[in-house]
Amino acid sequence: MKHNHITLAHGNGGEESSLLINKIFYEAFNNDILKKSEDAAIIEGGKLAFSTDSFTVTPLFFSGGDIGKLAVCGTCNDLAMMGARPKYLTCSVIIEEGFSIDSLEKIVDSMKKELTVNGAIVVSGDTKVVPKGSVDKIFINTTGIGEVLYPEISASKITEDDLILLSRDIGNHGAAIFASREGIELSSDLKSDCASLYPIVKKLIDAKVKISALRDATRGGVGAVLNEWAQSSNICIEIEERHIPMSDEVMGLCEILGFDAISLANEGTFVLAIQKEDASKALEILKIYNSFASVVGKVTQHYSKKVVLHSEWGTTRFLDMPSGELLPRIC
Amino acid sequence: MNKIDKTVKRLQLKELYSGFRDAEVIKSYAVLIHKLSKNLQKPLNIMEVCGGHTHTIMKYGLKQLLPSNINFIHGPGCPVCIMPKERINHALILSKLPDVILVTLGDMIKVPGSDGSLQDARAQGADVRFVYSPMDCIKISHDNPEKKVIFFAIGFETTTPMSAALINKVVKEKIGNIIFHINHVTIPEAMALLLEDNSHNINAFIGPSHVSVISGSKIYEPFPKIYKKPVVVSGFEPVDVMKSIVMLIEQVLDNRCEVEVEYSRSVSYDGNVQAQKLNNSYFEKREHFRWRGIGDITSSALKLKPEFSFIDAEKIYEAILPTQEINDHKLCICGDILKGKASPQNCNIFGTLCKPSHPVGSCMVSSEGACAAYYKYGDIL
Repeated sequence: MKHNHITLAHGNGGEESSLLINKIFYEAFNNDILKKSEDAAIIEGGKLAFSTDSFTVTPLFFSGGDIGKLAVCGTCNDLAMMGARPKYLTCSVIIEEGFSIDSLEKIVDSMKKELTVNGAIVVSGDTKVVPKGSVDKIFINTTGIGEVLYPEISASKITEDDLILLSRDIGNHGAAIFASREGIELSSDLKSDCASLYPIVKKLIDAKVKISALRDATRGGVGAVLNEWAQSSNICIEIEERHIPMSDEVMGLCEILGFDAISLANEGTFVLAIQKEDASKALEILKIYNSFASVVGKVTQHYSKKVVLHSEWGTTRFLDMPSGELLPRIC
Repeated sequence: MNKIDKTVKRLQLKELYSGFRDAEVIKSYAVLIHKLSKNLQKPLNIMEVCGGHTHTIMKYGLKQLLPSNINFIHGPGCPVCIMPKERINHALILSKLPDVILVTLGDMIKVPGSDGSLQDARAQGADVRFVYSPMDCIKISHDNPEKKVIFFAIGFETTTPMSAALINKVVKEKIGNIIFHINHVTIPEAMALLLEDNSHNINAFIGPSHVSVISGSKIYEPFPKIYKKPVVVSGFEPVDVMKSIVMLIEQVLDNRCEVEVEYSRSVSYDGNVQAQKLNNSYFEKREHFRWRGIGDITSSALKLKPEFSFIDAEKIYEAILPTQEINDHKLCICGDILKGKASPQNCNIFGTLCKPSHPVGSCMVSSEGACAAYYKYGDIL
């Protein structure tokens, strides 16, 4: 069935989002840089990385972060995932009439702190205030420019010489937000993983780790990243399910609501395709930041453009692109 | 205070399921099934009635562990899948009324009727919300006293008491702005209908444990007695399903035919009598209900008793809710799949015209439908 209206499914980071982007935006803005569909565009002959992201989240303040931290991490992480050092950001906010100045100060303060972590500065901005009901409290857009330190990172360059790694346990942001948003009234230690990734990427680059691709697993989760990679690089990614790191809290929420942690959003968790000989070196560095870091899979040609999950008891299945709005199961 | 002493070691949530996903246990059941099944005279075709089991079988790849003479037939037990389009249209019509908040459970909001889904209605401005517990309607009604909250109730025996509990509160506390559109269905009548059809291929059943937590294992008694089909009431973890297969094979080999409970950790013969009482105070059987893909089944659904017509949306809005039946696309073979006569791969439009993002037929609409499970997890081996 053809959609005549935008539904929430179009914003889930999975199949419907790709369709929307490909059919409407790529068709209109079509150019070679855009079509690469990387986390950030590489411009000026490979010297600069350039990315933009808009942020809206309910609740604005959540366990592990707030919309301000998210707005800086999000754009800086997109730059870092292209091997770039975040340098300059713009910050544009749309605020609903009646919004508390105290909250705004808190949000801006978080942004300031997170900029320091990245070593970036905000060099231009814009503020709009709109009548009540026109936006939900506050929307923030940040756009960033970074200096490329490690060129040639790309989702389309992954080969059988790479191993697939995860930087930490998955699904924390999505689980924390869902638990607080739906008023499920769970008593839990769920905390968003919202964090800046540039410091880790810098360590990997300094250690001369041979990186093929990096991607932070935001909307659509790790499942979406792996599927995008399998398609862009024309490969099969085979994952050992038992090696996917997951906290008890996230697993618990997924059990109760019928979610798959692999399609839950993250805001400070990334997937790495690292050349085999450097995988253990990369893992060592990742483990400094989070002991859950793990090698989760390999690249083959068994089922081109597909992601395959292997269970501990010897069965296999496909992991498809997350699709539809995240909905709790009925019974 | 009711707090548990911190020195007491509490059971963690994951301890409730981790053993039931233990790789070694699963593998040892697979070995046992292979060994036992060699003694079977003919193939054992097991219908797992509930979509939750279909999901478990596909997600954990259990089919890959079984010998070729043990087959699954995927049954009609998915409350979203069996909802006929004309009733989804009711939800759409109600959601578009002024000053109405339409509330339902999870998956229901993405199932298309003949004029889009509730998700589409929401995108066009209708106030459609999904809740995890029907009781959340109380807060919604309290926060929106000027609006009418319509709870579009769906589900099998499992979710019926949750609706009944909400109705009980609404009636007892005289909450004026919550009404109900009831679509609760019951499973044994559908199972019996499948067996009445002479062309069926079913030798045994795996029954859903959560239904029997409420209704008891007694509801399956007619199947061994009248239809000579053994039933095992099973939990939803992979170890539960593997063990249930062993129990069914053993029944066949021992020449037994009975109702057995694998999920003995929560299922009793009589079930949750309190919940049944609550259901019986508000609901009575419908004469018949049309199941999407299957057709009319006598006494297979519930409706509000006449004395509660003041909260019955079907009565209140009778004039604007059409009852004309709307069938699925003629290429769709969901009817045969739900009856166990065909497999998703036998369908010409599976994975092409019909996908989870654009479902044509009932089995693709919910993550628990057979087609959706096949599409999502594939079937590699």
